[in-house]
Formats: sequence, structure tokens, C-alpha cells
Amino acid sequence: MGSMQSLDVVARSATTTPTPQVRTAAPQVAKLIDESKCIGCKACQVACMNWNDLRDDIGDNVGVYDNPRDLTASSWTVMKFFEVEPEQGSLEWLIRKDGCMHCEDPGCLKACPSPGAIVKYANGIVDFHSEHCIGCGYCVKGCPFDVPRISAKDNKAYKCTLCSDRVGVGLEPACVKTCPTGAIGFGTKDDMVAYGEKRAGELKERGFQKAGLYNPQGVGGTHVMYVLKHADRPELEDLPTDPSISPMVSLWKGIAKPLAVAGMIGAVVAGFFHYMKVGPVEEKSEEKEQA
Amino acid sequence: MMATKMLQRYQDAERMNHWFMALMFVFAGLSGLAFFHPSLFFLSHLFGGGAWARILHPFMGVLMVLSFLGLFTKLWRDNVINDADREWKKHAGRMLKGDKEGMPPVGKYNYGQKMVFWAMAVSLVLLLITGFMFWRPWFAPLFPIPVLRIAVLVHSVSAVVLIAATIMHVYAAIWVKGTVRAMTRGTVSEGWAKLNHPLWHEEMTKGR
Repeated sequence: MGSMQSLDVVARSATTTPTPQVRTAAPQVAKLIDESKCIGCKACQVACMNWNDLRDDIGDNVGVYDNPRDLTASSWTVMKFFEVEPEQGSLEWLIRKDGCMHCEDPGCLKACPSPGAIVKYANGIVDFHSEHCIGCGYCVKGCPFDVPRISAKDNKAYKCTLCSDRVGVGLEPACVKTCPTGAIGFGTKDDMVAYGEKRAGELKERGFQKAGLYNPQGVGGTHVMYVLKHADRPELEDLPTDPSISPMVSLWKGIAKPLAVAGMIGAVVAGFFHYMKVGPVEEKSEEKEQA
Repeated sequence: MMATKMLQRYQDAERMNHWFMALMFVFAGLSGLAFFHPSLFFLSHLFGGGAWARILHPFMGVLMVLSFLGLFTKLWRDNVINDADREWKKHAGRMLKGDKEGMPPVGKYNYGQKMVFWAMAVSLVLLLITGFMFWRPWFAPLFPIPVLRIAVLVHSVSAVVLIAATIMHVYAAIWVKGTVRAMTRGTVSEGWAKLNHPLWHEEMTKGR
């Protein structure tokens, strides 16, 4: 969907000059997933398949409800079921809709070496332009949430687009539209933060003392947020507690790149000037010696 | 008029080995640099685009390492650092000012050449190991993501070390006149050997 939103690109992979971002009035959007309202019906998975024309391979039953077991190149959202005991003897069944978090500071985009293969729109959506993908897998290393998947068929990376094609024309994402309990909300980021905090407050009144909004600041906040019943322990549901772009990735894609390029060019330039100043090392010609 | 006497410095097999490695270095280097910095992504077009550069890069890298191995087995003994090298190192500043005659006498390789050799050897080993780790689509899935993050960082740093060492290597060959023909023709002049590698010259002309 590059052309449709080509004027609202606020960040573009492997690009060092400003991107076309004249449309500054675009509202920031967000999806809010309220796990306390989720019944695990997987309608969101079906809607995602349907809208995006994806058909994953039929997998194996591994004895739990998770199907497929994990995100794949053709399954951009997956319901994950967790049987946990937050306190001794208090069994809880937590269900989390997994998928791209649409980070404000996306690690995938930072790591990607192919210009324009990953973009972030002014509304906050992080999108893969997979026709520019070279299949290197750097986005996988950049992501703090283990989201991008590379297809074995075409060696391109895929993930949730937050239905950028629908949002671009004023529609909500397919999973939001289909959710029968209203567990998935969509709106401006501000509205979703306010609503998520209100929901967390209601859960606290109902006894979930540590309920809260998952909008991790280590990646600048996310455009997909959760209302968690145990927001103090997101690891119960395989969510990182305080995610951020790995320092390895920051080093590799941050200061190391310009320094190394400058160093390599500098070495060649230094050699050139050394030669011009000192001149070559030459053996004395034997003919001259004889003369 | 006297014809310049020549000394054999490299066998034909060594020279061909060297140039095959050099070719693979250029290919692997240019395709790798394409992914290193956005300003260099255009280099991927030399290989048919980003995806092709990504596909070809590891094969060219493996060929480079294999051909280095060929040279390594023949040359590593001549590159062991010894006490004379440590003495030579102290005078390296004078050499850079062009005073080659004032340097302590060296054998087949001087300290700078030896350091280039070992820097290349170490960086190539690291490039090979880490490169295999995130070689898509075959080997990358075998390693956890945090390990791969370290691997790409080590791969990049090693590549920069290798490129820096190669820049020094090429510059030294251009700077010291009469050197390039050691690899293009296999021979060097006696005068070149006397000036730059007097102990090697002695060894080569012993018993004449």
C-alpha cells in the first residue's frame, strides 16, 4: 500500500534523508486489546485470513487451543492461551491475541537494510512493503517482540499491517470489526489510552489489583496495546516486561555504521595523502648507481 | 648494461590463489557493504538487486575463506611474530616518513605485513562462523534471536577490520614500488629485496 499513503511516511528503513510527511494532521491510531473481554473464539484470526487473503498450512493439534502454535508468515495474528497461577492455587486462563505491536520506535525498521522495505506512517502504523524485502532477516533481529516471520516460499518478511489498507480509507482493522465481544477496540491513540486506563480501573474494582495498560515506553509506546489483568507480570503471557530495541541492534545500526564508513573512507584518503606527502619507497636504480 | 636480477617470491599457484581470493573479497565486500549502510545500498545493484546480493554474498564469502585457507597453510610459518618484529615495530614511525633504509633488517615479511596477515585470518574466521549463524534461509532458524544479534554485530565489526587491513595491504603494495609484480609476475628485483627484505634476500641468494 505504498502509493496510497506515500505522503504520510514518517520513517523509512535504510533512509538517511527526510521522508515525505507533509500530512502532519493525521491522527495517531491504536488498537486496544482487552484480554478481560476476550473469549478466545479466534474470530480475529479468521477475519485476518479473510481480509488479507491468507491461507496458512493446516497444522497439527498439539494438545492446546493454540492453532497455529505461533505466528507464521501467513498467520499474522494468533490467539495464545496461558494456564497460569499468578498466586498459589489461583488457576487462571489468560488469552492473548498475539501479533505486531506497531512500536512508536520500531526495531524492525531500524535494523532493515533495504530502503523503503519497512515504513512507519504518520498514524503510527508500521508496515512492511514486502516487494522491497530482500529476505535477510534483520527485522527479526531488530524486533523486541519476536513478530516478523519470513516465508519459506518467497523469502519475504510478513507481519500484521494493522490493516493499513483499511485504516487508510477510514475503516477499522478486520479483527476489530469482527470481534464479537468488543475485546478489540480501535481509535486514536489518546482515546485508546484513556479507555484502556478506564478498563484497568474497572478491573481493579473487580479484584484484579495489578490490572493495567500495556503500552511499553521502552519502544516509545505501541500502537497495539493490551489491557492486562496482571500488568505487573506481562511475562505470564510471554510479553516482555520492559521491551526495548536490543543494545546490540542499536550499536550495530547506530553509531557503528557512520563511524565505520568514515573510518574506511578515511583510511583510503589518509593513504592518498601519505603517498602525496612522503612519496613512494623505491630502490635506487642500479643504472644510476653505475653512472 | 646489466639486466636486473630477479628473485622468485611467489609460485604461480600462490598467485592464482591470491587473486581468486581478492576477487571474492571484492564481491563479498561490495555485496556486504550494501547492507551495512544505506548510502552503500546501491552496490547491491551490481549483483542484480538486494535479494540477489543477499543470496550471493554468503557463497562468495565462503569461497573467500576457503581460498584464504589455501594461502594460510603455505604462509603462516613465515608470519609468526618474533623478537626482530618487536624491534622493527619501534621504528615503524620512521618508515612511514619514507626512511626505509633506516629500518632493522627483515625477512620475508615485516611486522606490518604479519599483522595484516593475522588481522585477516582472525576476521575471516569470525566472519565465517557468524555468517553461517545468520545465513538465511538455512542456518538462521537454528539460533536464538539474542545470539543472532551478537552474530551480526561481530560480523560487521570483523568485516570492517578485514576491509581496513586490506586497505593497508593494497596501499603498502602501491607505496613500495616493485611490490605489485610479486603477485602479477611472481618475481621481484634483487634491489627491491635488498631494500625491503634484506634477510630474505640473503636467504634467497645464499650459496650463489
